[in-house]
Amino acid sequence: MVSAYKKQSVGASYGLSDWLMQRLTAVVLALYTPFLVFCMVMHKPGTFHEWQGMFNSQALRLATILFLSALIWHAWIGIRDIVMDYLKPASVRMTALFLIGFFLIACFAWSVAILWGR
Amino acid sequence: MSSAPTPRTSLSPRPKYYDLNLLNLPSAGKVSILHRISGAVLFLAIPILLCILQASLTSETDFARLKAFFSMPLVKLATIGLAYLYAHHFFAGIRYLLIDLHIGIAKEPSRTSANIVLALGVVSALAFGAWLW
Repeated sequence: MVSAYKKQSVGASYGLSDWLMQRLTAVVLALYTPFLVFCMVMHKPGTFHEWQGMFNSQALRLATILFLSALIWHAWIGIRDIVMDYLKPASVRMTALFLIGFFLIACFAWSVAILWGR
Repeated sequence: MSSAPTPRTSLSPRPKYYDLNLLNLPSAGKVSILHRISGAVLFLAIPILLCILQASLTSETDFARLKAFFSMPLVKLATIGLAYLYAHHFFAGIRYLLIDLHIGIAKEPSRTSANIVLALGVVSALAFGAWLW
């Protein structure tokens, strides 16, 4: 009996969504960058209390965690591309990706702790 | 045996030897490799920047210590270097987003935008350096 075998002509399919997320997160990063420069120019935080006061604003905290999550996601896709280009042995590549992924998730938790854990 | 391949004189001589020296890349190639290198370095800088953000928000003592740290000339230079990489990555990224939208994909505009990106990276780093110093 011959079973109908349909060859999948696509890959694992996360490539396209990664490509898209790379660009969506880039837009977030590109918007936050001039926003932060604007905040710095407006507030000119020169002392600790002014600097901390600036980050007491929930709006800036939310914008910053949005930026840092976008940054971490963006970095993950970019570093994954670099790892796939230069680290050929599967074992080395998988180990590197695992460590980097774990590290970036930790960075996200750390970011939340920095912004709200005081 | 009967027919020898006719020489195709219209083609350029083969094999071709590409100039793979990074400094001789066209502008778009320089933008591209710098985009990758800056991205990798900025990734490595994430934990350092988080450390700095954390210390700067923790206490007045840590804040003062950071201020003293950033007044060292070598640290200032390193910061300007990192700012350059961020600026280049930023402008090159915007160029890629525009290219994704099919803006400036022809040969000449893309060469012009690549040169603009290279220049803007340096100019922003210089402006940042002037502000920092």
